[in-house]
Amino acid sequence: MKISREDVLYVAELAHLELEESEVEALRGQLDAILTHIDKLKQVDVSAVEPMAQVLHSGASPEAALRDDVVRPSDVADAVLEQAPEAKKPYFRVPKVIQR
Amino acid sequence: MSAAKQWTIPSVREALETKNISARELTVEFYSRIEKRNPELNAFLALSPERAYAQADCIDAMRARGETLPALAGVPVAIKDVISTRGIRTTCGSRILETYVPPYDATAVERLESAGAIILGKTNCDEFAMGSSNENSAYGPVRNPVATDRVPGGSSGGSAAAVAAGLAVAALGTDTGGSIRQPGAFCGIPAMMPTYGRVSRYGLIAFASSLDRIGPLTKTVHDAAALLAVIEGHDANDSTSANVPRSDYFEEMEKPIRGMRIGIPAEYFGEGMDPEVRAKVEAGIELMKRIGCQPVELRMPHTEYAIATYYIVATAEASSNLARFDGVRYGLRVTGDSLREMYKKTRGRGFGPEVKRRIMLGTYALSSGYYDAYYLRAQKVRTLIARDFMLAFEKVDAIVTPTSPSPAFLLGERTTDPLSMYLADIYTVTGSLAGIPGISVPCGTTSKRLPVGLQIFGTRFAESRVLQLAHAFEQAGGFSF
Repeated sequence: MKISREDVLYVAELAHLELEESEVEALRGQLDAILTHIDKLKQVDVSAVEPMAQVLHSGASPEAALRDDVVRPSDVADAVLEQAPEAKKPYFRVPKVIQR
Repeated sequence: MSAAKQWTIPSVREALETKNISARELTVEFYSRIEKRNPELNAFLALSPERAYAQADCIDAMRARGETLPALAGVPVAIKDVISTRGIRTTCGSRILETYVPPYDATAVERLESAGAIILGKTNCDEFAMGSSNENSAYGPVRNPVATDRVPGGSSGGSAAAVAAGLAVAALGTDTGGSIRQPGAFCGIPAMMPTYGRVSRYGLIAFASSLDRIGPLTKTVHDAAALLAVIEGHDANDSTSANVPRSDYFEEMEKPIRGMRIGIPAEYFGEGMDPEVRAKVEAGIELMKRIGCQPVELRMPHTEYAIATYYIVATAEASSNLARFDGVRYGLRVTGDSLREMYKKTRGRGFGPEVKRRIMLGTYALSSGYYDAYYLRAQKVRTLIARDFMLAFEKVDAIVTPTSPSPAFLLGERTTDPLSMYLADIYTVTGSLAGIPGISVPCGTTSKRLPVGLQIFGTRFAESRVLQLAHAFEQAGGFSF
């Protein structure tokens, strides 16, 4: 067994996911099966291999695609705030974070 | 439906130019088709008639003035619901975005509309494009128009079903591990994943940023080329979009195919493939030989590691990308006693089972103590998978494989075992990891009349080659034997 119930609860905390009791056991079994398959990767000799961290620019100059970092006017703030569950212009509102 | 005209991009253009139909009349026709067929298929999640008719009237005004019409004038298209559309609800097939209306258009959508296309609405998909059957949508599964007790494939199932059923002339889908190509195969239409960087992803709601691509699902290879030619090209709003020269796909597609070297990798014809799929794809390769292609046997030894690599890389990136859905800026909020409780309840309630599973897997793979063993190792194996392709393309012009090991399966058949669903992505995830272009084209049907898909890969930015071979195959009758 690669994954314990405690592992599931710990990772759910990291991921900010509230899980139902039934989900915890189901996920444990499923993640266990998937990670067992993923163990195949241990068979590969990767000692002299670079990780593929970039797709387009592996080996090429990354600057090619970057634009200048300049401020441009934008007037979408109100439209964006309209989509928020709770807002008070020009801010998003969230539950109180600091108690005094 | 049987008597309904099968519209394509050239036939729309011809009808508009000869004044057989107006853009408005054509739009009315497509909405009436959707009204009849969508209750059963569930391919569309939202319709945008106001925007569609405004665009149609604009095209009709151009016609009245005798102006030259743009490339996609009057062509009714559907947009996968993970792609942002200004003023049109965009849910990603998720409860967490049930009420979200984007304030801007994705670049691909903007380019389609600038070229005269008519946006009919948004198509159903697996939640956040995570799935291979469209059964992970929070708004119910899509039915395959070819056999309505079967899945249309996924995650772009709604786009594939809409085009196959004649509810749109073309559609945009997205492909992260096969999500354009596999539904194209299951529904019997051409479906293309362009090279990573070919099409801007500005406005695409991200799943896995090193893999996601936008591409066309259409009725013909010509139409796929026509859509790609409009949506491709550098975009300053997407730092991963490539600045590469464009080619004239229509000219390239007509070039003679004789002498083209097609690679047949042994690893794609091993165990686990449906025998009828094998027979059809082998017959497809025989047809390619008859029109002058030279088959070359290939070995691509890292293929067997592709699923494991993909499901680490994709889920790790997803766990990071989906952190933004926290009840603060858009979509669902479930209140809690603290900010942290609000995040957890919102995400717990808003995400479906597959999305939670992938966030959990990705978070685990990136967590302290496991990063090197899973994520870093997967990135290294990804290098080896990409290298297999680069070495192969020194010997061949294109690689030909099946798109999926089986034809469309029954609704509900695979929902209980996520791993078996993942393993069926074996032929498509390789090209996703390598960043190369690929197309699935129809390759006949099984004894139950289910479509089989044949996949063609090319090297990076070799869309011309891929389209050329796909087009020659289509012209030779390959779609329907």
